Order: sequence, then C-alpha cells, then structure tokens
Amino acid sequence: MSYVLCPEIPEPGFSFENCKRNALLESKGFTTPKAIKTGTTIVGIVYKDGVILGADTRATEDTTVADKNCEKIHFLAPNMYCCGAGTAADTEMTTQMVAAQLELHKLYTNREARVATANQLLKQYLFSYQGYIGAALILGGVDIEGPHLHMIYPHGSSVDLPYATMGSGSLAAISVFELGWKPEMGEEEGIQLVRNAIAAGIFNDLGSGSNVDVCIIRKGVVDYRRTYDEANKKGVRQGSYKFPRGATAVLSTKVVDVEEVSVTPVEAERMDVAAF
Amino acid sequence: MSILAYNGGAMVAMKGENCVAIAADRRFGIQAQTVATNFEKVFEMGPHLFVGLPGLATDTQTVMEKLRFRKNLYELKENRRISPKVFAAMISNMLYEKRFGPFFVEPVVAGLAPDTFEPYICNMDLIGCLNEPSDFVVGGTASAQLYGMCESLWEPNLAPDDLFETISQALINAFDRDAISGWGATVYIVEKDKVTIRNLKTRMD
Repeated sequence: MSYVLCPEIPEPGFSFENCKRNALLESKGFTTPKAIKTGTTIVGIVYKDGVILGADTRATEDTTVADKNCEKIHFLAPNMYCCGAGTAADTEMTTQMVAAQLELHKLYTNREARVATANQLLKQYLFSYQGYIGAALILGGVDIEGPHLHMIYPHGSSVDLPYATMGSGSLAAISVFELGWKPEMGEEEGIQLVRNAIAAGIFNDLGSGSNVDVCIIRKGVVDYRRTYDEANKKGVRQGSYKFPRGATAVLSTKVVDVEEVSVTPVEAERMDVAAF
Repeated sequence: MSILAYNGGAMVAMKGENCVAIAADRRFGIQAQTVATNFEKVFEMGPHLFVGLPGLATDTQTVMEKLRFRKNLYELKENRRISPKVFAAMISNMLYEKRFGPFFVEPVVAGLAPDTFEPYICNMDLIGCLNEPSDFVVGGTASAQLYGMCESLWEPNLAPDDLFETISQALINAFDRDAISGWGATVYIVEKDKVTIRNLKTRMD
C-alpha cells in the first residue's frame, strides 16, 4: 500500500493488470470491443524545396464514422510532421511520445533534430511491440541534410521514398502518384497532386472521407493547411427541428447555484535591489 | 456479444450557446434483465465539469474513482480547478496506459473552462483516443441511434432551455430503439452561474 510520506512510484510503460480479467471475459464469449481506427488515406511527397504531407479526416469505429474531422497530421518537431494511419490512439500517443523525445534530444544536443533520428525512434519503438501497436506512419521533414520522407510500418520496418501512401486508401492514392509524380516538382503543382491523391482515397475508399488536410514543410517554414479542401460539403438544412420548450416530461428538477469566484490577480512584489 | 453491451446504457453530450449539456439513461441491467433503474453514469468532477462513463458498470465505477483520485491530487498540487481539456487528457493517458488490457468504458466529458467559461465536450474510445468535435458526442449501446438523432436535431447556438429539449428528445428517442438502455434519464445543463439537473419521465419497458 502506498503511504503519504513514501508514495508508491508507478511502473513506467503499459499496465497489464486487467489482462487476466479481460481474457476470462473473452473466454466466456464477451468479445473485446474494437478501438477506433483511422481507416485513412495518408500521403507524402518530396518536391523541389521540401516535403508535402496530406491526409483525409475520417475516423471510423467498425463501419460507423466516429469523427468527421479528425487531425491525422501530427506534430513531431518544428521541422517534422508525421501522418498516422491505423489504430487512432496508437498513432496519437506514439507521435506524442516521440515528439517529447525529439524535444529533449534537441535541448541535449543543441541542434535541430534530424528526420533520420525521428525515423529511428519510431521504428525501434514499434519493432519492440512486434506490430501490436497498430501505427502505420508517413514521416516527413526537412533538416540539415535536406528533405526526407519515410514510410514506417506497424512492425517496425521503414523505407525512404520520394513519394509514399499508406492506410486503406493507399491503393487509390498511389495510382494518382504513379501517374502524376515527377522529380523536382513545383510547390503549387505538388500541393495539387497531394490533394488529388487524398481525394482519390476519400471518394474511392470507404474508410476515408471528409476533408483534405495538407502540410507543406520547407527549410525553416511549415505551412499547415488544416481543411485545405472541403471535399464533401454538408447540405444546408431547410427547416428547424427545434422542440417547443416544455415538450419533455420532467419528473424532478434540481438547480445547483455555482457561486461566482472573483479572482483578483496579486501583483508580484518587486525584488529589493536598493541596497546596491 | 461485446462486453460493452453487458450492462447497457446510453450517453450524449452537446454544446450550446455559453452552455453544455450531458445526459444519460438510468438503467443498470445484466444482459436482458433490468436490475435497477436509478444507476448514475454521469459524475460531477467540479462545479462546471462532468464525466459520463458508459460501458461495463464495474469499470464505470472503478474508472470514476481512479479519475476522482487523480483529479483531487492535481487540484491539491496546483491549487486551482482542473480544466475540462486537461481532465480529458488525463483520462486519455490513463486509458492508454491500459492499451493491452483496457477498461471497458467509453468516456464522455462535458464542461465549461474555469477561466473563460468556454463550452467543452469530448469523447474517447476505450483506449483513450480523443475526439473533440464542435457539436455533440455520444456513447454507450444506443450510440448508432444517438448519432442519427443528434445529426438531425442539433443546431448551433442553442439556449440552455432549448438545449435541454434537444438533448432530452435525442436521448429518449434513441434509447427507445435500444432494448438494453432507457428506464429513466438524467440531464445536466451546465451554465456559468448554475447547473440544472432534471430527471426525465420516459417509457419503462
């Protein structure tokens, strides 16, 4: 038991304390529920001055759309972003953790972190979990060595490519790249190609949908265009389904007043330096 | 059958004009047998902060106690109220710690930020994948029905009284099409100066 003066320090890493119970429930026929997947079309290309990443914004729970506008291009470092496909919680948490490690690395070495470093951190972490952490990633960034694009699989392998697609819409998206990608593309041309690749995923893959997010990484500047293109506009509702007040039958009502707490900021006292 | 559907339950939260609402049914059952009709799934975590934990009832209560413990420690350490956003991150991290042996709950958070009174809602899956939409979130066994109701009933900038009607009708009509949730409902309307808790009259079959 933990004690106030000598608190129990929790074990780092994952906790497996529910596993035995959950396995028992599973053996009795109660299936473990499915976690939210990102379904997903994610892409990335290398162009003349850097890297362009793209993603759709649909998250699915089995066949239900759980989130119509989720963010799949994750921040890693000021010069690096990472698209995530697969189990949504895994991509989110893995990129958050690596972003923290890269920040510490930057402070320790006094240098901007390299894309190869992020790639190595991600693949070694994923490999150590043997594919059970379901994160399929496209890592893009610009460092001292120039623009880089890596594709990382959930099992921990990675490839360095000039253009890459991942997720359930990867086949639709790669067809657009195979047709349209050229070395040394211009920026506008590159963004258009990425948009088209994501749109191919949105319209031809059921696991992908909603909007197009684009992130352009050049040397020293990042241009994150959230909802670059709204591929599917919702129709405007003609009428209102507002219920008249009092339509719902109420058995009892309790009103709890929340007293307003006024906060007066106290000015910090200046340090007395008059003695000098 | 999924273990999330062992006890049944429906949950929904909505944003309104300077207010939020969270509502849940009151049934506690063991598969098809109703055991109690006064089971609370929504818990107060601060004057403007509420969390709903639909799913396996044993985990509803365990997770609630773990969250209350962590929230109390945070507030004692920081000497200030926890904001809904930070609280959601806290739940998310706690659930992801159990990535390979999860608690069977799909939390819903609704509240107002302590400083700006900005409405906040979110939900997450059982391993803590956050979802922060601008309109409404749902959870529990009637979530498919709730998605349908909310997509058609919800509109932006609802006043507290209109938000109450909208969330109540969405919940009632959704769980009437779900055999293992219903049997009464509780609705919380959270405003800057007050919280209104109403128990609804619903079908009891």
